[in-house]
Amino acid sequence: MIYFQIFANGLVLGGLYACIAVGFSLVWGVLNVINILHGSFIVLGSYVAFFCYVHLGIHPFISTVIAGAFLYALGYLLQAGIINRVVSAPVLMTLTLTFGLDLILNNGMLLAFTADYQTVNLAKPLGTVQLGPVFLPGDRLAAMVLALLLTLILYRLLRDSRIGRAIVAVRMDREAASLMGVDVPGINAVTFAIGAFMAGAAGALLSIIFPISPLNGPLFLGKAFVVCVLGGLGSVPGAMLGGLVLGVIESFSSFWFGPDRAVTISFALLLVLLFVRPGGLMGRRGYE
Amino acid sequence: MKNWVILAALALAFAPLPLAGSNYLLRLATTVLMYVVLAQSWNFIGGLAGYPSFATAAFFGLGAYASAVSLAHGISFPLAWTGAGLAATAFAALIGGAILHLRGHYFAIASLIVAEMLREVINGMPDLTGGGKGMNLPILQMSVAAESRFFFYAMLALAVICIATAIVVHGNKLGFGLRCIQQNEDAASMLGVNAYAYKTAGFALSALYVGIAGAIYASWVKYIEPPDVFDVMLTIKPIVMVLLGGIGTLFGPALGAVILLAFEELVSRNFLTIHAAALGLIIVALILFLPSGLLSTLHSWFPRKDPVT
Repeated sequence: MIYFQIFANGLVLGGLYACIAVGFSLVWGVLNVINILHGSFIVLGSYVAFFCYVHLGIHPFISTVIAGAFLYALGYLLQAGIINRVVSAPVLMTLTLTFGLDLILNNGMLLAFTADYQTVNLAKPLGTVQLGPVFLPGDRLAAMVLALLLTLILYRLLRDSRIGRAIVAVRMDREAASLMGVDVPGINAVTFAIGAFMAGAAGALLSIIFPISPLNGPLFLGKAFVVCVLGGLGSVPGAMLGGLVLGVIESFSSFWFGPDRAVTISFALLLVLLFVRPGGLMGRRGYE
Repeated sequence: MKNWVILAALALAFAPLPLAGSNYLLRLATTVLMYVVLAQSWNFIGGLAGYPSFATAAFFGLGAYASAVSLAHGISFPLAWTGAGLAATAFAALIGGAILHLRGHYFAIASLIVAEMLREVINGMPDLTGGGKGMNLPILQMSVAAESRFFFYAMLALAVICIATAIVVHGNKLGFGLRCIQQNEDAASMLGVNAYAYKTAGFALSALYVGIAGAIYASWVKYIEPPDVFDVMLTIKPIVMVLLGGIGTLFGPALGAVILLAFEELVSRNFLTIHAAALGLIIVALILFLPSGLLSTLHSWFPRKDPVT
């Protein structure tokens, strides 16, 4: 019966991974930019939630929206002010640019918040939930449900709203979208901002589970990479599936081979997948 | 011919540096020469073929560990260093065969992951490599001053050989093929360039001297650990240097290495806590205002009369 427990743990973790990766995947798919800043965005979201909780007593679940909005503004400014200038340059240029921006942001966070690990200790934790043979911490379960809810909202937004259709149109064909009257630079900025919003929201949710430090940025970025390639680029259901798959794989491999090996195994899996199926498990370009 | 003269002049300008008698200067110059090798090597695959490789740290770390393990088993210096270069080359050819069919972002990520994987693998072999505890290397039987001269000349020789290789490759069939791939891979392979073989050769060549540089570095600092020799900065800085100097040019990488390291040295001497942010600022300014690098920009200011070969 231990396997049910491990599987459930993996799903809970995977829901959060999906939320981490979906913004990254969106930016990559629509803008064709690998956003190295994504890991630092998540950490910044965690810090917003941390300070809201410590100084204002706002529960991290509520500050999900605050952290998201803060990151949305930051992301919009970065994209409209800097990244849009080189958005159509080769991969090397945009990747190196976001790496440079990440060095600045991460160094800034180190100066402002130090490298010490901070934790959010909830005054009233939700206790443990029992589902048949499986026991789950209530807070983690709630965070996972919220993460999946956010991902679902993003999915509906892309499908049903005017701006969402414009984003999908830019992803499918930039030039054609431009000819049909879509403001491509504007859509780029909004897309990047939405990606940052998802990062900030995910950061706020993660703040109740993981210790917070600027040093965690690359860790989250690595997860986003793996989920993205697992699920296929730029599709919300793909990121969701990829996140859940990665969560379950990590959960089982840390049970069988020890937690140290979990990261190695997920990277090895990624390399194999890139070799045999570069499009991802649900690889299909364009549509939602 | 002109390129060989420039190379000889550069080598002669660097050679008498130990006479200045400053150990600080000698150490800095050795580091500069190491990065010249790294940047010049990256230019083979990143500049000529246009494949954004993020695997430099993988080759560097592999070379460092290959030579450290051989030295620990009593193999002599020249053999261990050469072996490290060959190990990195063989590894690159093997990995290149697997990931060079990917393009753009996917290739960039796959090459980045290779370094992470290698770091984890070496971390997980404590019997052979010391794992996370790192490895000590044998100390040379010579005075401190003689030793720093020895490593300076070793790096200088490697940098000169590396640039000489670049001069040859830029003019021969391999360089031509790689440039064709950069411009239009599909067209190149339609016209009979064996793109796969050329890319793999370019990738392997980009690993050879980096592996040796890693080996020399390991003997020079005498203690290596995975986070040190697989540092992602070892991948990023050479790319920034090439972009700074001029991508795809012959002497751009060396120029970029000198300028970037001089700037970094100034910043980290005076403002240690923000040196990562300072590097970030350089990168952002470089991409926004000088995307084609110093050499190309200079050339566009002073157009040459004679036709470019």
